[in-house]
This record gives sequence, structure tokens and C-alpha cells, in this order.
Amino acid sequence: MSHPEHAHADHGHAAHGDHHHEMSFSEKYLFPTDHKYIAKQYMLTGMIMAVAAGFFAYAFRMQLAFPGMSVPFFGVVSPTEYNSLVTQHGSIMVFWVAMPVLIAAFGNFLIPLMIGADDMVFPRLNRLSYQLFLLSAILVVVGWFVPGGGFGGAWTSYPPLSAKAEYSLTPAGSSIWLAAVAVEFAAFLLGGINFVVTAMNARAPGMKWHDVPIVVWFICIASILFMASVGPLIAGAIMLLFDQQLGTHFFDPVAGGDPILWQHLFWFFGHPEVYVVLLPAIGICAEIIPVFARKKLFGYRAILYTGIATGVLSFFVWAHHQFVAGIDPRMANVFTITTVLISIPIAEMVFLYIATLYGGSIKFSVPMLWALSFIFCFLIGGVTGIFLGASGADIYLHDTYFVVAHFHYTFYPIAIIGTFAGVTHWFPKLFGRYMDEKLGQIHFWGTVLSFNLIFIPLFFTGLAGDHRRIYNYNNFAELGTPDLQWLRILATVALVIMLIFQVLFVYNFINSIFKGKLAPTNPWKATTLEWTTPSAQPGHGNWTPETMPSVYRGPYEYSAPGRDDDFHPQNVP
Amino acid sequence: MTDAPPERDFRLVHPAPRARRPVVPSEVIAMLVFVFTEVMFFGGLVSAHTITRSNWPMWPPPGQPRLPIEATAVNTAVLLASAGLLWLAGRRHVEGRARAPLLGAMAAGGFFVVAQGYEWVGLVREGLTMQSSTHGAFFYLIVGTHALHVLAGLGVLVALRARLAAGRLSVDEFTAGRIFWYFVVVLWPVLYWRVYL
Ligand code: HEM
Ligand SMILES: [Cu+2]
Repeated sequence: MSHPEHAHADHGHAAHGDHHHEMSFSEKYLFPTDHKYIAKQYMLTGMIMAVAAGFFAYAFRMQLAFPGMSVPFFGVVSPTEYNSLVTQHGSIMVFWVAMPVLIAAFGNFLIPLMIGADDMVFPRLNRLSYQLFLLSAILVVVGWFVPGGGFGGAWTSYPPLSAKAEYSLTPAGSSIWLAAVAVEFAAFLLGGINFVVTAMNARAPGMKWHDVPIVVWFICIASILFMASVGPLIAGAIMLLFDQQLGTHFFDPVAGGDPILWQHLFWFFGHPEVYVVLLPAIGICAEIIPVFARKKLFGYRAILYTGIATGVLSFFVWAHHQFVAGIDPRMANVFTITTVLISIPIAEMVFLYIATLYGGSIKFSVPMLWALSFIFCFLIGGVTGIFLGASGADIYLHDTYFVVAHFHYTFYPIAIIGTFAGVTHWFPKLFGRYMDEKLGQIHFWGTVLSFNLIFIPLFFTGLAGDHRRIYNYNNFAELGTPDLQWLRILATVALVIMLIFQVLFVYNFINSIFKGKLAPTNPWKATTLEWTTPSAQPGHGNWTPETMPSVYRGPYEYSAPGRDDDFHPQNVP
Repeated sequence: MTDAPPERDFRLVHPAPRARRPVVPSEVIAMLVFVFTEVMFFGGLVSAHTITRSNWPMWPPPGQPRLPIEATAVNTAVLLASAGLLWLAGRRHVEGRARAPLLGAMAAGGFFVVAQGYEWVGLVREGLTMQSSTHGAFFYLIVGTHALHVLAGLGVLVALRARLAAGRLSVDEFTAGRIFWYFVVVLWPVLYWRVYL
């Protein structure tokens, strides 16, 4: 880059002289290069996909609670449809909700604002990233409507089931799904490169490595984890696609292929992937908790290095998903040890957050409630992971609803609670207005309580022997008992309640965009740089040349001694 | 690149923080991160191949044609030479004498793909296809993926050359483009070792 003062490397036009230049409709909403609008596009697309995936969950949970009934708004769920609903629910929630919202939306919005840059270093690459992502979302939706229906081979897509149309019964659906996933990865690859380069090269004058807010660090580390792990999965996906379409036998044991190979390639990506989504969410909490506890984040460096350590370790645990796949028991021991090891840094991070709360003046605002409930719920997910990591216990628990409950206690806090925390916290910056606090509180309690009611019963059905991916438990004498069935009904009813509460959020969100109370520049009295730009920034570019911030200190100076305010913003000398 | 925006005067604020100054140019980091992803991608392909191969008592499996080891060794040398020429072009860029070695690098790269295409025609005639065995499938998958990368790399070189001719090739862009070609070239001997030998 020939002029390091400016963050626009691939941006030739001279529009930046007049700073907040007016943008045309298409420049602003259809094909923006501005990171704030790209962030909003990602967020909106992710939320729409979440509605679809939530509806799928409703349909298949109704089938489990009341087998064979005609589900309102859906109809009778056939066995093939059931498989397809479960598969699409899982893959959409992971790839088209958690990834775009947590990494792409928050990464795009927060990274330039928090490091004091006007935009990403490569804005046009950024636009391409969203366009590819949109294409992938359209592809996956198209896959539901082709002959044979949407792919139903589970989000893990194990061959030989997924490799042969005779088994999967979705000749076109499986390939379209695979192609959609691949296109999506290309989109996040471009996004990730942008994040890393921007955070390295476009920081405000004076911002040293340890002045960078945790969430920026964590989104960048997550992007690096993603890029390091996705290669082998793309390799596997190409091989699977060839097995499906060209008649190769990479994963076909009859013709010299190896089906377990796919599991290795998938989980080498799959386990780091869970930390790819975890890190941004836990980073969001690191921003919220100090603000509403009015206390400096406890152990900034410890949290940062813990995050890096988790990332490194996450590459050495993948075979804990394959304890019953016939791997060598000595190998299983190694992966048990690494799996137990990885819970240490995570636990440490939780302790550091609790230590931040200790002695703070805590305000239970809506973002704070979400952040605290994240810690609480995620803790349950992490602790149950240790049981699954012990290979002996896992032989019994594998592929039961205990696993389903475990990963929902991790993914739900991450994808849903973390997103709500971030959206409610940065809403004034995103749209220049406050969200309604009262509605927010009701939505919070309704969502979190019903979430726990969904998944606590599933731990017990899992322990009682409920295997996952079963269409109708009444077909099994020992599982079709009333004792277990009422737990399944409880989970389903709680799910319906949880979904209904989301209407409140949608209402509050849309209503507040247009009619919410106007918010000042720094409504929460926070210290980081994004709160120094005008709320709902008008155009491309975040600061005028005169207000461009310089950084003098770390990001969490709350209750700073010797100041009239109780906080000391990063940009104030 | 285009003219720089007016310098902001940071001396007015006190104490003056250092202005932003990239440690490594953005284009170069971006390319390095991308190449890192590519390394992991080929790492996945090669490990998959190694695992599958270890399931067989002999490799290539019985009845499958041998691969042309010697001819490909020569071809490998040609590809390595193209990296050397590109390195020369990089050194001469500042003096404005990069054109000839850049052309040479492109020619050597082009020769490599054409020779491979020729090799493939022969192998298909001998009955090695993606469906004939996992040996054939992995051969075409890995070598073919690499060939696509060579073609992409040639595209990069053509673009570099066009910008060079127009006098608009910045040092950082040239470095980033070269990194990609070096990656494609250095990767090949590894693939040759794993797939052919
Ligand atoms: C970062 C948050 C985490 C997420 C998002 C997560 C997610 C998941 C998912 C999606 C699965 C099920 C995959 C499937 O079969 O479909 C799973 C299984 C598993 N998780 Fe986690 N997990 C997290 C944390 C942990 C932790 C901290 C541990 C252990 C200390 C752990 C241990 C396991 C084990 C051993 C399994 C395999 C269980 C089995 O299939 O038998 N997880 N997790
Ligand atoms: Cu895992």
C-alpha cells in the first residue's frame, strides 16, 4: 500500500475528499462497499435464514412429540422430509446463521469502527464476499425445491449415505447442498483475509497490539482458525461431489475407498469450527461485561492468550467425534486427553469474566443480561462436553440426545444469545436509536427460560437411550414409553414458546429502527472507538479527517481514578 | 498508486501517537494468508491420498498403469526454472528490466501445463481414469487441481505483465503476485513425490 494513512487499497475513485458523500440507493443498499452496510446485509440475510431454520426445528420437533400428526402450517412430516428438515436445520444454523452473523456481520461492523479505520482495506473484495455468500444462501434454498427434495444426510454428511443417490434419495439435493457450502466457504475466505489485513494494517495511530479490543482479536483469530481448517474440508467436499456426480470411489469401501476418511476431513474442520463461532460470541461478551459492570476487563492478556491457546488446541481434538467409528483405542486415549485439556482454557476464560464482575457496579441492562446468560448456559455446554470427551462414557452417549443437548448448550448461547447480546448492545450504533428496554427484558427472560426447558429434558431422554435422527420413537418398545414421551412433548412445547417470543424481538427490532428513542453518540458511556463516531453514520467513511481518533490507552478503562467521568475513552489523551 | 491524501498533523495532539504504518504491505499479507489456506487445502488432498494408499498392499493397485516418472521429472525441472526466472524478474523490476524474465517464466509455466495435458491423453489411452480405481481418481484430482492452479497462476502473470507494460505495476502487487506463483511451483515437487513416486 503506497499511502498507509488511508485504508483503501483497492479503491481507486476520489470520492473520499468530500468525506460523507451522498451515496445512491444501489451504492448504499444493493451493492455497497461500505463495511457498515455489508455488515447489515450479512445480519439481515442471517436472520432470515434463522427464521427458516427455526421453522424446520418446529416441524420436526412436532413430529417427535406427536408422531404422525399433521403439523400446523406444515402438514404430515414424512420420514424423508424428517431427515431433510433435521439436516437443513443444522447446516443452516451453523453455516448460514452463526457464521454470517457472528463473524461476517459483527466482524464487518466492529473491526473498522473499533480500530479507528474508515473501512476495510479491500472494500471491493468485501462486497464480493457478501455476493458470494448470498449466492450460497440462494443455492441452499433452491436445493429444497429440486426433485427428491433437500439433502437429508445430516449436517455432517457422512458417506456412503451422502455419496450415493440410492441411499440418500436426494440425487440433486445433496450436490446442491455441497456446492452451496463450498461457495459459502469461498465467501468467508475473502472476508477473513480482509479482517486480518485490516486489523494488522489499518489501526488508528497509537493503537498497539494490546490496545485492540478483545472482540476484534477474537474475530481475527476465528478467521484464521477457519482458514486453517477449511482447506481439508473443501478437499473432502470435492471428493464427495465427485463420488456423487462422476462415479469415483473415494469414500466407497467396496471399490477401495475409505468412508472414515471423510469423517477425519470433516471433523478436522468441524471441531475448530465450533471455536470459530465461539470466539466472536465470547468476545462480544468481553465488550459488554466491562461496560455494564463499570470495571476494567479482568486479565486482558490472559483472555487474549487463552483465546489463542484454545484455537491451537482445537486442531488436536477432532477424533473425539469418532470414538465409535472403529479408531484405535490408543488413539482414542490421546484424543480424550486433548479434549479434556481444551476445557481448561475455556474454564479459565469463564473465571476471568466472573472476576470482572466481582466488585463492579453491575447494571442489568438487556445486553448485560444476554452476556451473563451466555456464560451460564455455555458453562453447561462445556461441562457436558467433558463427559463426552471421555471415550469410555462416549461409547454409551455417542449419537444420543445427550450429544444433541450438549451442543445446543454451546451453539445456542453462541449463535442466538451471543447475537442478541451484540445486537442489543450495538443497536444504537447500528441504527442511531435505542431498543425498547422493557420489551427487551421480556424477550430475554422468555427466550432464555424456554431455551433451558427445551434442552434439559433432552439430556435425560439421551441418557435413557434416545438415539438422535430417529423418526418415531413409538416404533421402539423400550423408548416409546409415556415417561419418555412427556419429556419429548415438554421440549417441543418449550420450543414453540421460545419461537413465539421471537416475534417480540422482531417487532422491537423493526419498531426501534424507525421509532426508537434517539441515541447519543456514546449511550453506554463506553471507552472503545466505535462510540466516537456519530450514531448511524451517514455515509462511506466513519470519521472526518478532523475527528479521526488517535489511541492513548487500552480499551477497558472504567472506574478510572482521577477523572470526573468514571471512564477514560481510548482516544482521549 | 493515486496521490496520497493530505497528511494529518498529529503534532497538534499531545503526546503524539505514531501514525499508522503497515509492517507488511496489505497485498502481501492478503496473499500470504490465502496461500496458507491453499497449503491446508493441498495438505488435505495429500493426506487423503496417503491414507487411502496405505490401505492397499501395493500401489498403484494391480492392473493400473504406471505413471510417467521420468518425463515428469523433466517437466518438474522446467517448472522450477520458471520460478527462477520470476525471481530474476522481481530483482530487475526496479531497474525496469523485468519484462524478458517475466515472459520466460510464463513460457516455462505454459510448457508445463501443455506437457501435462499430453501426458494425460496418454494415460487415459492406457486406461487410467477417475473411475478405474482410487489410484486414478486421486491422480487426476490432485494433479488436475494443481494444473488449475498453474493456469490461475499464469493468469496472474499475464495480469502482472499487462500492468508492467502500462507502467502501473507497484512493487507490492508484484510481490503478492510472485508469491502465488512461487507457491504453485514449490508445491509441485511435493505432489510429484507423493503421487508419482
Ligand atoms: C465451543 C463450544 C462447543 C460447541 C459449539 C460444540 C459443538 C458440538 C457439536 C455440534 C457436536 C456434535 C456433532 C455431531 O455429532 O453432530 C459436539 C459433540 C461433542 N463435543 Fe462439543 N462443542 C463445544 C464444546 C465442547 C467442549 C468444551 C468439549 C469437551 C471438553 C466438547 C466435547 C464434545 C465431544 C466429545 C463431542 C462428541 C460427542 C459424540 O458425538 O459422541 N465440546 N460438540
Ligand atoms: Cu468437537
